[in-house]
Amino acid sequence: MVDTLTNEGRPAAAASPPPAIELSGISKAFGPVQANKDIALNVAKGTIHGIVGENGAGKSTLMSILYGFYKADKGEIKINGVPTEINNSDDAIAAGIGMVHQHFMLVQPFTVLENVILGAEDGALLKPSLAKARSALVQLAKDYELEVDPDAIVGELAVGFQQRVEILKALYRSADILILDEPTGVLTPAEADHLFRILEGLKAQGKTIILITHKLREIMAITDTVSVMRRGEMTATVKTSETSPSELAELMVGRRVLLQVDKTPASPGETLMEVRNLSVIGDNGVPRLKSISFDLRAGEILGVAGVAGNGQSALLEVLGGIEAASEGSVTLKGQPLDLSHAQTAGLRREKGIGHVPEDRHRLGLIMPYQAWENACFGYHDAPEFQRSFGLIDNRAMLTDARGKMDRFDIRPQDPNLKAANFSGGNQQKIVLAREIERNPDVLLIGQPTRGVDIGAIEFIHQQIVALRDQGKAILLVSVELEEILALSDRIIVMFDGKISGERLPEQTDENDLGLLMAGIDPRESAA
Amino acid sequence: MEWVDVLRLFDSTLRLATPLLLACLAGLFSERAGIFDIGLEGKMLAAAFASAAVAAWAAAPALENPFPGEISGLGLGWTAALLGVLAGLAASMLLSLLHGLASITLRGNQLISGVAINFLAAGLTVLIAQDLFSRGGQTPQLTGGARFTEITLPLAETLRGIPFIGPLYADVLSGHVIFIYIALLAVPVSWWILFRTRFGLRLRAVGENPGAVDTAGISVTRQRYAAVLICGVLCGLAGAYLSMGTSAAGFGRDMTAGRGFIALAALIFAKWRPWSALGACLLFGLLQAISGYYPKIDLGIFVIPSDFMEALPYILTVVILAGFVGKATPPKAGGVPYVKER
Amino acid sequence: MNTLPKWIDIVLIPFLTLFLAFFVSGLVVVAIGENPIRAMQIMINGALGSDYGIGYTLFYTTNFIFTGLAVAIAFHAALFNIGGEGQAALGGVGVAIVALSLDGTHWLITFPLAILSAFVFGALWALIPAFLQARRGSHIVITTIMFNYIAAKLLGYLLNGPLKKPAWQAPETRRFEDGAQIPFMKDIGEWVGLEITRTPLNISFFVALICCYLVWLLIWRSRFGYELRAFGHSENAAVYAGISPFRITMITMILSGGLAGMMALNTVMGEQQKLVLDHVQGAGFVGIAVALMGRSHPIGVLLAAVLFGILYQGGTELAFEMDISRDMIITIQALVILFMGALENLVRYPVENTYMRMLRGSG
Repeated sequence: MVDTLTNEGRPAAAASPPPAIELSGISKAFGPVQANKDIALNVAKGTIHGIVGENGAGKSTLMSILYGFYKADKGEIKINGVPTEINNSDDAIAAGIGMVHQHFMLVQPFTVLENVILGAEDGALLKPSLAKARSALVQLAKDYELEVDPDAIVGELAVGFQQRVEILKALYRSADILILDEPTGVLTPAEADHLFRILEGLKAQGKTIILITHKLREIMAITDTVSVMRRGEMTATVKTSETSPSELAELMVGRRVLLQVDKTPASPGETLMEVRNLSVIGDNGVPRLKSISFDLRAGEILGVAGVAGNGQSALLEVLGGIEAASEGSVTLKGQPLDLSHAQTAGLRREKGIGHVPEDRHRLGLIMPYQAWENACFGYHDAPEFQRSFGLIDNRAMLTDARGKMDRFDIRPQDPNLKAANFSGGNQQKIVLAREIERNPDVLLIGQPTRGVDIGAIEFIHQQIVALRDQGKAILLVSVELEEILALSDRIIVMFDGKISGERLPEQTDENDLGLLMAGIDPRESAA
Repeated sequence: MEWVDVLRLFDSTLRLATPLLLACLAGLFSERAGIFDIGLEGKMLAAAFASAAVAAWAAAPALENPFPGEISGLGLGWTAALLGVLAGLAASMLLSLLHGLASITLRGNQLISGVAINFLAAGLTVLIAQDLFSRGGQTPQLTGGARFTEITLPLAETLRGIPFIGPLYADVLSGHVIFIYIALLAVPVSWWILFRTRFGLRLRAVGENPGAVDTAGISVTRQRYAAVLICGVLCGLAGAYLSMGTSAAGFGRDMTAGRGFIALAALIFAKWRPWSALGACLLFGLLQAISGYYPKIDLGIFVIPSDFMEALPYILTVVILAGFVGKATPPKAGGVPYVKER
Repeated sequence: MNTLPKWIDIVLIPFLTLFLAFFVSGLVVVAIGENPIRAMQIMINGALGSDYGIGYTLFYTTNFIFTGLAVAIAFHAALFNIGGEGQAALGGVGVAIVALSLDGTHWLITFPLAILSAFVFGALWALIPAFLQARRGSHIVITTIMFNYIAAKLLGYLLNGPLKKPAWQAPETRRFEDGAQIPFMKDIGEWVGLEITRTPLNISFFVALICCYLVWLLIWRSRFGYELRAFGHSENAAVYAGISPFRITMITMILSGGLAGMMALNTVMGEQQKLVLDHVQGAGFVGIAVALMGRSHPIGVLLAAVLFGILYQGGTELAFEMDISRDMIITIQALVILFMGALENLVRYPVENTYMRMLRGSG
């Protein structure tokens, strides 16, 4: 049984201080979509409180309301027992609330100092403000392990440091309540541990912390209490010590979830793709991929693990024909690929390389295009869609799309609906159906389940395994370690544009991979 | 080429660079705050008209019974010119507000809004000029109190004797209307505002990442409107200079002749930096001065036609945009309306 | 949220926006001391009250279809071609060269070649800005504007030099001979036994209509159109799908510039029968308003072109009958661009809110 702590259920000890945050009856609708329904939440002072839920469960909306980004349609907010009207971020800051956003709210070309004082300047001229902030940062660094060079340009800092700047911004504004939205998505496990130490330190100083995440491991590791959201509602609030990951997962989804993928051992065949010394240089002249070599065999899933931004995107782009390589070679079934030119994705498809891109919004789909137009995007020049005089056969495309939507259970099953109007999971299924049904020899897959609900995740994982079982070669890039471990037959880890190590899934675990993701090979250093 | 010709060319460069520089700095403030402004041209044109019209009216003598076509004005002295400038600023700022309404409040397309403002200015100025003065869309010639006189800088005559620097000071820098000095002064002032004040910090931030500004508790909308209004003031000065400070001495149809667009090209060339903007505008001014001084260049076997020399500033604008800009990175949030993300 | 019913999205909102643009135009007329209702009556009567008026209206419409399609096709690829004016000017050179050299033959020979030549000259003038955009990232809006100014100077040079009628003061070519005289609507009427007043309306009108259909076919039924629209929505996604941005940019601008150039068929071969300095008369810019108003759809462009044809012909009458100069038309055109292209949310937001409130009230 889950011991649900409701407002009434909480023991009303007269002496104990009022909760840092008390939300009651919060509702918010965007058009016809009810993002938050009658939400109640109590967070005790000096605790770390987790909020978990699937994509679209309403976590971010709720926190945005608390931070004054949106105004709730209904409901009441009390901060430290005082009813508080939060109309904008200014009000939230005044109430002692600070927020670390999932996508950092930093000005990239500014220095750390400039970012910290932005909006909290002391006068019309910058000089005194900068001087004051400089000494404040020294103090904060000492108190909370938050060292950052105050004169560094934020855009040139590593992601972990940028996150520290976000935390410093909040602390500089003397925030007592700190909200962190998916803070570990861009961190290595080691960096995440460092962050958690900082959070523990903050808690020890009496700060209240709200941690929004979809990673149950983190909830179990650091929070005192945890709330679960589902479909805009707060379904439960429990003490972390009294729950388990599987129970939380069930609360999130509303049914029992298989956290494992059913798959038989791989039986790899011939080598389909050989990658040798592959390098890519970015637009700004900075190397993105540094001399990568690996083999990809028929009937195997090769997982590529790593923190986002360590060369995985460049790898997918160069293999998918979006980027050119600066050095190195790739052969497909013994035939060399021409890597010298960017924008050759069409040729790659002809050769039998499919590509499910990391970012379906930016690359994989044309959002204003209807489903049927998207269902052949990239293969629109296939002979079956052509008519004479350069015209295309819209009807053939429509029929083709109907079939895909049926076989991949894409809902709503309306090929005339625009891609933008499908849920994340169904959008991903459109891309997946398109790339899988072309029967590629090699399929490149990036972040197959990002922003996808749990039900669709299971389906997508099954499709990937089924494709492998047909003898296809699959290169799977994912920042989710669980996904990599569950699906891969072999794992390579990327760090700083290079391969930092290779593992078999049964011979490794999250700690081992986590160290590789930080560029440290524990086995080498042990030897 | 004689030394005197060089001095005259530089003098002319300064005059021709002034409207470009004012417009370029106007664009700088707007685009640094993330609002693209292709409507500099229209704002200048509107200001040129409004200032000339008001100055002409204010300077004209008050008449009991004016003949048709005659204007009965206020009969003011030098204050007429001042009133004219204020009217120019008002006209330009009004169009700025319109651009702000379209691109900030209503999140419309900034390019299209700018284009519309250019046409609006082109149509309305002539329409109103015709309605008021019935002179084929022109204002009357500005005379007396309606004009700005040239200022001789202190010690110009005394220093003339010093070789090289003396003539440069006395013949090139000295002896211009006030607008030219305002424009030159606007460069360090803009730099100081943008990089040394709280206002400038916020303005630049809003052009790079409005989300960061919003979450810091500052209104993106207010910050952007402020930038757009400054843009209006500077465009207003540029326009007022064209109709009141140059030998044109009055408004004529389409008198801006693409300067607003050349200023935009200069802005890109200057990579959105004030001091570089000065350099870029002086370069464009020099090009215009050269094409103005040498309508036909006789190369012996071949005469470069005057049409080519007249087209030269436009051609060179394209050449500079194409070849010498290198990788110019505009403010990241430029041209994109700010919408709080869901 | 894109949940508005289609009729609100593509009928009600544009209609209300357009109404607003014309309402403000009316206010401008009031401001210069004239009666907008009377002005409108004069305009509509002048444009549609006689077959003479209709002829002129459709003559202007022809110009605007060409330039409107030119802007519209570029819009679909997210390219803003403001260079229609210059491309049309150069198209005129193309027409004149064919007409001057072949006007001893027959229009059945001259006209098709003039179409081709107008297209090629207009396309060439769009090609440099297109190349600079695709390869050097030079802002196409600024470069096409610069090319408008350069085109004007080039035309001035040609009409004062190589193409000038010998021993003649005005900068223009000689008149085309009979072999470059294309059929006017009056002639076409006579073929089928219809009595039509002579106006500059000519066979180019039908060419324009055919272009409407071809552009529709290209954008919504061809492979290139599919790629062009995809590129217009997202360049990154287009590259992912194997579509070359360079190729799309170049071909789109060739088509756009070519269509703008074809406008010269109507003015140079139809109206003037010689090349004069300012044969475009702002029609290139009207194309922007027409494309925006027609939402870049050929049928919309056609309707908007008719509307602007009425405005131009009516405006000419207005200049005769009332003290309102032709610049009123530029003002209206600016207001249409402003409201339809930049201030659309002025109408959309309230309509959306009202609709949502009604939806919530009933459900």
